[in-house]
Amino acid sequence: MAIKVLHHGIATSVQDLGRPGYFHLGIPIGGAMDRLALRAANLLVGNDEGAACLEAVFMGPKLEFTEDTLVAVTGADMPALIDGAPVPGWTAVKVKAGQVLSFDFLKSGARIIIAVSGGIDVPLALGSRSTYPIGALGGYKGRVLAAGDELPVGEGSLATEGRTIADHLRRKPGTPAELRVLPGLYWDRLTDAAKQNFFADTWKVAPEADRMGYRFRGGRKIEFVERKQSFGAGSDPSNIVDSCYPYGSIQIPSGTEPIILHRDAVSGGGYFMVGTVISADMDLIAQLQPHTPTRFVEVTMDEALDARKARAALIEEVRATFR
Amino acid sequence: MSKIEIKSPLPGTFYRASSPDTPPFKADGDAVASGDVIGVIEVMKTFHEITAQDAGTNITFLVDNEEPIMPGQVIAEIEQ
Repeated sequence: MAIKVLHHGIATSVQDLGRPGYFHLGIPIGGAMDRLALRAANLLVGNDEGAACLEAVFMGPKLEFTEDTLVAVTGADMPALIDGAPVPGWTAVKVKAGQVLSFDFLKSGARIIIAVSGGIDVPLALGSRSTYPIGALGGYKGRVLAAGDELPVGEGSLATEGRTIADHLRRKPGTPAELRVLPGLYWDRLTDAAKQNFFADTWKVAPEADRMGYRFRGGRKIEFVERKQSFGAGSDPSNIVDSCYPYGSIQIPSGTEPIILHRDAVSGGGYFMVGTVISADMDLIAQLQPHTPTRFVEVTMDEALDARKARAALIEEVRATFR
Repeated sequence: MSKIEIKSPLPGTFYRASSPDTPPFKADGDAVASGDVIGVIEVMKTFHEITAQDAGTNITFLVDNEEPIMPGQVIAEIEQ
């Protein structure tokens, strides 16, 4: 069983739940930007929830299947077509040998996950099949897909077609999108006005946003309190002595454009971080198109932990659909 | 005569020219051949060329240079 790539979209890649454990060596966790969408897609087609899928952004690929199989498309609202006929999203759909899966224009959200029964069977690299393109690691030959590629697919299980994920379990960002943020170690570097403005302003996703970092612009410039330049720190007030960058951390180089580090993050550097987007909201970022209005909402550690519990319960409810 | 819409496959920022110093790929009123580049869209730090799928005449742009654009939005119309 194989999938022939007839058209690759713009940056379609093989992703699973990533490779934790190597960030201290500079290799990020990677994996699906929208992890809930990946888990749901896999469960729909009878896979382990962490099996490798395809992640496509903004524009879907065109894929031909060499054998009968089940597929599911989750994540963004981008209508899927089999031989040109629309099929529902978030649903296990049967595809026959020789049929072609393609996509209409993206309606909302940003990234789709395409799961196929058996999973994409590329070799494991450091325990994961996820593609880390700038490190040429994992996935299909360490890169995003190109027309003419042929993807190996594993042995599928006996899942049934037509199963679907209830609408309330398909988590989507609102308008404006709200991302919950825990202020970080460098919070005191900001002036009181800057602290208020950061959370009060509506920002917009910049077109540069990608798997490494989501950049925003449109809010007021962040001003810093006076400091004595530390030994080893750069001269800009946003510089610090090099430090580790957590996933979800928000740096604001020169105080102008916040950047949230995402799955393919760099592991460290010399910019202060205003805070960190809580883990429960990282998937939402995956579904933000360029120019989406976005607000940062301040939370406490207790609120962040409650959100993590609520999110774990949501994943459990998705799993319960299949018991 | 019928009008054909050229739609954007991508979100991002639309540009009528390949750089600020060069003339636009197409001026309003130009004829268009199938495969002609009519603009570029910047997204995720890369530029993607937008090409006409059909030939036509008298192109009319509905999106300005450097404007944000959404998938499915009509960039321009041509006449056939």
